[in-house]
Amino acid sequence: MNELNPRPAHDAALAERSRKFGVSEGDDGIVRCDACPVLCRIRPGRSGACSRYANENGLLVRTDPVVLLAEAVTEGQHVVPFAENAEDWDGSVLAPERVFVTGIGSGTTYPDYKPAPFIVSSQHEGVDTVTVVTEGIFSYCGVKVKIDTDRHLGPETAAVRANGEQVGHVTTAEYGSQMLSLGGVRHLTGGSKKEGNATCEAMLKLSNGEAVELTIDGGHGVVVQAGQAPIVDGKPETRMRVGCGSATIGIFAKQWQGHVDEVIVVDDHITGVLTEHQAGRVLDMRPAGIRVRGRKSTPGRYFQVAEPGMGWGGTDITEPLSIIQKIDPAVAWPGMRLLMTSTTGEDSLYCVLDENLLPVEAEMPAVVRQVVERIGENCEPSLCTVTFVAGAGGSLRAGVTENPVLLTRSVQSGATRVTMGGAPVYVWPGGGITVMVDVLRMPKNAFGYVPTPALVAPIEFTLSRELYLASGGHADEIVPVEEVLRAHGGQARIEGGAADNPWPLRRDAL
Amino acid sequence: MKSHRVARLSGNRLHLQEGPSDLVIAAFGGPSQTERAYAAAEDAFDGLLAELTGELRMLRQPLAAQPPALTGATARRMARACWAFRAQYITPMAAVAGAVADTVMAAMIAAAPRLERAYVNNGGDIAILVTPGHPLDIGVVPSLARARPEGFIRLHAAPHAAQHFRGIATSGWRGRSFSRGIADAVTVLARSAAEADAAATVIANATDVQDGAVLRRPAQELDPDSDLRHLPVTVDVGPLSPKAITAALNSGARTAEALLRDGLIEGALLSVADEWRSVGESSFALVRPTDTAP
Repeated sequence: MNELNPRPAHDAALAERSRKFGVSEGDDGIVRCDACPVLCRIRPGRSGACSRYANENGLLVRTDPVVLLAEAVTEGQHVVPFAENAEDWDGSVLAPERVFVTGIGSGTTYPDYKPAPFIVSSQHEGVDTVTVVTEGIFSYCGVKVKIDTDRHLGPETAAVRANGEQVGHVTTAEYGSQMLSLGGVRHLTGGSKKEGNATCEAMLKLSNGEAVELTIDGGHGVVVQAGQAPIVDGKPETRMRVGCGSATIGIFAKQWQGHVDEVIVVDDHITGVLTEHQAGRVLDMRPAGIRVRGRKSTPGRYFQVAEPGMGWGGTDITEPLSIIQKIDPAVAWPGMRLLMTSTTGEDSLYCVLDENLLPVEAEMPAVVRQVVERIGENCEPSLCTVTFVAGAGGSLRAGVTENPVLLTRSVQSGATRVTMGGAPVYVWPGGGITVMVDVLRMPKNAFGYVPTPALVAPIEFTLSRELYLASGGHADEIVPVEEVLRAHGGQARIEGGAADNPWPLRRDAL
Repeated sequence: MKSHRVARLSGNRLHLQEGPSDLVIAAFGGPSQTERAYAAAEDAFDGLLAELTGELRMLRQPLAAQPPALTGATARRMARACWAFRAQYITPMAAVAGAVADTVMAAMIAAAPRLERAYVNNGGDIAILVTPGHPLDIGVVPSLARARPEGFIRLHAAPHAAQHFRGIATSGWRGRSFSRGIADAVTVLARSAAEADAAATVIANATDVQDGAVLRRPAQELDPDSDLRHLPVTVDVGPLSPKAITAALNSGARTAEALLRDGLIEGALLSVADEWRSVGESSFALVRPTDTAP
């Protein structure tokens, strides 16, 4: 066990910070640390075996640096590297009015009957604001994963597994994207210990921007990583579909006119047939007499032409001609030019009907190929996005104010701004404080976990001092941001705010 | 779920951390061997701390006439490494950091038999693998207060050995564990990191002098669960006379030479107040790079 490094200024800061933590035990001021299985009993003024937790005046403190988000003075200003080499920092980069203290590394006061680790006040545009900074332990949390692909990943409601344990399920598909809902209290703590741990690990990795391999019951394997293309059964996806088959017909009908006599756009949702489609009729195209399989929705639009799969347009089709049910000899004619394509342009086939009205593959004319390629050009790159969803409505609020419902109400009304690691969140309407955040807008490695298992995530509440005090805020705990900088600036990790994030202390909101 | 942290550091090193175990690992010998070794390291590390804490009570008992009935592989490594020193007060905890490094290294070697060289550095206690033609340079930190390498040791594989597995460990009163002596740093080369760890502890304890400038306190006053119980441990060393420094180094060197004769260590470097003493094979000598200020 170590003596704390004798750094007087920092020791004072540590002591100040430690006061906010609630863990303590026994006589002689000994603290039992339960951060790891060693369960060190730490005497006052000393750190545990890991040097990461210490006992300051009978209270357990974390010695990890807190993350300060610095408003970049000039655009593109890079992250100031930090951590151990505190002496490299000249301190001049951080002007108090340009600094936002994030919850990362601030520690938590779970179960939150003590004031949150940092209640920081700063002047912004002449208005006195208060930011309450804490790390919340989120038992109720999950991630929603949006996977831009039409490929069938697995049936809706199917179990999604990581390391063989169910960590979530396939949920309602969105336009061009498959959606997974992972985590949640039932997988975290409602099942076996193994299930809970697998869930926690998958969520932690996804939230921290790492890749996770998932399998879907009755479906496929997919590697998901925020901001990266999904890898389905080992093959990276490249394109989102331009639209459903019907939409594709609508967009490109005019460009095909005169160059082909019929176009079939194969899609798992709606397969489009140009001459039957409203778009073909408007262009006065001659009916081609080709009937595709599936259930007709409206003219030229067909549901369920095939099973979902890894083939053309998210169907199981690899032989596109197989979706043609019949060709009407009274309507079709020899020499008819038929184009079949998927909704991403990745698969296409050009045929000409022979004298027996059978489609025979032919070389695709350049002008037709150009339109197929344009479908591809109009596809957006296929990405995975990870949105962290959590409820901050519980005891966490007690660390912020003595009258938690007032905090809930001021968040709901928009008077209190909520950020996570400085990133903007969406606050769900209705009761409680349920928030969603794009994990890529948060600083790196913003998430942690506790063995419960539950995730630990930073959360900040920013409001005017007046409103804070009116909401029963911990008035005595407010410290000026200058003081936090003085105390922690030399130890903190300092990052520039993400370029596309609004500054957490938005002027017009205050 | 894994309860530890896993990260890749620059230079494709692997960082594994849980509680006091803080491992920086590097393996060389082609990407597939490296990745295999890293996967094995992660596997071996998973649950290792929990396994150790399960036997913590017994591991904190001083070794006596009978070897303790430990079950975990790492716990047994610890006891085995300390067994030779049981004539004095020692508990298996003296080798904990080195034994963790050895366990992880053993798993890496088993999974990736064609590694050219590798190290597992657990907070300064290092398991090392070298092969002929692939030596490894280990930086030596003579002062834990300054905490920067001020020289290095180049380790070569023995000419006859296809793979040469060894360990280096450093102990001192400013380090992570308590020391009963006044050595700033005692760095030991031995057959394994656990043996080096135990021997460094023993030599650092012996590097001592009775002097008013040395402040000691019973270990349990500092850490209520310390395996050293009420034994006095060094908490501060004031300015020492040259005579006291020499006396402490002589005492430590005598112990190191005895361990060398018994085949328990291959070499040792002792440092007290910027004075140096080297014991053992010539290859285990500190090279001070000319471009580095001491």
